[in-house]
Amino acid sequence: MAQAAIELIGINKSFGAVRANRDINLEVTRGTIHGIVGENGAGKSTLMSILYGFYQADSGEIRVGGKPASIKTSNDAIALGIGMVHQHFMLVDNFSVLENIILGAESNALLKSSITKARSELDRLEREYGLEVDPDALIEELPVGLQQRVEILKALYRGAEILILDEPTGVLTPAEADHLFRILKQLKEQGKTVVLITHKLREIMAITDTVSVMRQGTMVATRETSKTTVEELAELMVGRRVLLRVEKGEAEAGAVKLSVRNLTVKDQRGVTMVDDVSLDVRAGEIVGIAGVAGNGQSELLEAISGIRRAVSGTVMLDGKPIDVTGVADPGELRDRGLAHVPEDRHHVGLVLAFEEHENSILGYHDKQRFLKGPFLNVDAIMADAKDKIAKYDIRPGNPRLKTANFSGGNQQKIVLAREIEQDPGVLIVGQPTRGVDVGAIEFIHKRLIAMRDQGKAVLVVSVELDEIRSLCDRILVMFAGRIVGERGPDATEGELGLLMAGVEQQEAAQ
Amino acid sequence: MSTPYAKLPAWADYGLIPLINLSVAFIVAGLVVVLVGENPFRAAVILVEGAFGKGTGIAFTLFYATTFIFTGLSVAVAAHCSLFNIGTEGQAYIGGLGIALVCLSFDATLPWWLIFPMAIVAAAAFGALWGLIPAYLQAKRGSHIVITTIMFNFIAASVMVYLLVGPLKPAGSQAPQTRNFLSGAELPKLNWVIELFGAKIRSAPLNVCFLLALVMAFLVWLLIWRTRLGYEMRTYGHSPKAARYAGISETRIIITAMMISGALAGMMALNPVMGDQHNVAIDFVSGAGYVGIAVALMGRLHPVGIVLAAILFGMLYQGGAELAFEMPAISRDMIVIIQGLVILFAGALEHMFRPYIQALFASVSPKTVGMEAVKGKGA
Ligand SMILES: Nc1ncnc2c1ncn2[C@@H]1O[C@H](COP(=O)(O)OP(=O)(O)OP(=O)(O)O)[C@@H](O)[C@H]1O
Ligand SMILES: [Mg+2]
Repeated sequence: MAQAAIELIGINKSFGAVRANRDINLEVTRGTIHGIVGENGAGKSTLMSILYGFYQADSGEIRVGGKPASIKTSNDAIALGIGMVHQHFMLVDNFSVLENIILGAESNALLKSSITKARSELDRLEREYGLEVDPDALIEELPVGLQQRVEILKALYRGAEILILDEPTGVLTPAEADHLFRILKQLKEQGKTVVLITHKLREIMAITDTVSVMRQGTMVATRETSKTTVEELAELMVGRRVLLRVEKGEAEAGAVKLSVRNLTVKDQRGVTMVDDVSLDVRAGEIVGIAGVAGNGQSELLEAISGIRRAVSGTVMLDGKPIDVTGVADPGELRDRGLAHVPEDRHHVGLVLAFEEHENSILGYHDKQRFLKGPFLNVDAIMADAKDKIAKYDIRPGNPRLKTANFSGGNQQKIVLAREIEQDPGVLIVGQPTRGVDVGAIEFIHKRLIAMRDQGKAVLVVSVELDEIRSLCDRILVMFAGRIVGERGPDATEGELGLLMAGVEQQEAAQ
Repeated sequence: MSTPYAKLPAWADYGLIPLINLSVAFIVAGLVVVLVGENPFRAAVILVEGAFGKGTGIAFTLFYATTFIFTGLSVAVAAHCSLFNIGTEGQAYIGGLGIALVCLSFDATLPWWLIFPMAIVAAAAFGALWGLIPAYLQAKRGSHIVITTIMFNFIAASVMVYLLVGPLKPAGSQAPQTRNFLSGAELPKLNWVIELFGAKIRSAPLNVCFLLALVMAFLVWLLIWRTRLGYEMRTYGHSPKAARYAGISETRIIITAMMISGALAGMMALNPVMGDQHNVAIDFVSGAGYVGIAVALMGRLHPVGIVLAAILFGMLYQGGAELAFEMPAISRDMIVIIQGLVILFAGALEHMFRPYIQALFASVSPKTVGMEAVKGKGA
């Protein structure tokens, strides 16, 4: 007889005037995978944070395994066998993988014996679930994809019976996501319960048993996955029909706007991350770079945008060189019409402690229209922020709200609005729709295509094959720091997948 | 969003928590007083009366507060750029050197209102210079600013000892200090303002530097929250990566912030040197730079908080002196212990009671622990 692992009854939670959760009822059956979908800001993370003891509900009841539970801190949740992998990782950047995993779960006052024990335990978990990570690597040196594995290992290490994953695949490629899903299925077979929040309806269809839909703080529907469709879910979420694939005309590529030649970039440890890469982006086209996270895409974007020094190579913007090996400065590049939406919105693209309007000028804070002499022109900044909020439907629409208090998808919109609205000649975008809901994806894709049609050059890096294929006019595949192939938008997923795995390259080498 | 950004209402954040911290500090201090066999309540009364009871007491309290406002602002400006400037002490000391040079050169020829602006510039410039070197080393060489500023405090002390027993000491004098300035380098007192309210003042060193300190507090507020430079400093302070992305030069912002911080520290010297002693003597800063760290932390790095915290510490200094005088069992060192306790609870342990208070608020009324109300419907 199926038993409820978790029951949430009549949960309410407000943040000031924002009612993040109202009267939520949710029952998750033990040994199943339960999906939760909903627009950005619908209250999914809040609900799970209540379950995990981060927030206290204003009212309502939580039952775990049939018994009423009082979860005041995440330690209470862990003690009840609830583990959580957060939407935004909670790792200590300058700790090693191993140190992060035992942090807070040290079994012994003597760290050394904890570490030895943890190392063998970690080794077992890694092998059992195929979650390889170097236990001694520093978190800050790991690409996001691997950082997430660490988060999962952390929960498993603490003996989680119920695993909550908040948008776990936002940073993964389909292959990596498949891998994750195999792990989740394995967990399910062992009787564990999984709650999965995701914006990717395809994943919901592929892996969940049941799916619940949230909208504006309420639970609007719960369906058996086998009895629903992607279209129905999208409509339930947004309240209207959604274009899952934005239509676009043929690209009319013009002159080369951005030209990269023989670019080589090394990381802090001296490992070559970008290896002799050459590419062109023309006016009026969207070029996509596909690849498994950690294959040099991030470093490539950082080098072009002047954040990271390249070792060698040249980059030309509108025919004039960018000093990528010397003193290229992101501020100067902005002036020359190159805008950059960084992959890591939390540490690079935004200052989370700032109010929304302060972030809406980040990087453009030296522009005359936002200044009055040495002073910030607060009125102009606020007006501009309100404008973007309206145009991009950023919610809640309060430019004075601290950025950390916006939901993940809305934070992404803040960055996109800022960069796109500068009307740059060249836009480079890392993971344009990471963590963004279906309605907003439609909107962002439309904006990017509109930019293309105005004759702008757009370079997109995404680990989302669907996104790359529906958005881009040309697809470059990156593997181990090199561009290993170019395909048109009609390339099949299988074909790209093979390239991304480096298969063709290895064959060629033999 | 999943980080627990539980927030308290402003009155609790800025009023209740400092009050609780302070009360605990005074309770512990009271226990110390009981240990030495005195009545803690009488001690408290003497302390407060000593600081605010008579006109003279108020003037002294505000005089000390003036010093702490400068050093508190100095620490806060650097802290907004995530630089922990421990060097306020040394920067103030060297600031005193700048003042000495101006005053010794012009006190015979110019009136105070011409010397004062020159001395302000000199004090700020010397202090800024003393902040510049550690800043440069941090920005260019990665030498940690905490270490270098501490080292620079020692270097400043040595330099000043050398100058005050050597070149700056008048021939034939036994005291390690400059000659006394002539009246041209003496700043006007502000005691008459307090006398306007009917209080009587014997002689107290409160002077125009108090007004300068308040002006600087306002300018620091403008700088941090209203200027492009302050925006850049805060960006770097919260996230160096975001600053890099925004095209903010790390070298430039570190050096600028430290120079402003050093300048404020240097200006602190105006108060004791030109306002009170009318000479530069060995160790005239006497720890005010370190008190500035506590003042800045307690004031939550906000100028208004810093002014209030500085007045509190001024009260401890003045009332403490009174207490040591009135209660023989309580020595000067005991006063230092009490001050230390306030620093400990209000500064270092600032966050000790916060989680409990947050939990309390959450259980009494969960809705208060959120953000301020926003317009528009919840999404
Ligand atoms: N600590 C907080 N303070 C104020 N408002 C908050 C806080 N946390 C969340 N909110 C607000 O509550 C609402 C729900 O946010 P939540 O993060 O749960 O959304 P979500 O469904 O997870 O969205 P996304 O898909 O974008 O991650 C949003 O409007 C958000 O701005
Ligand atoms: Mg979320």
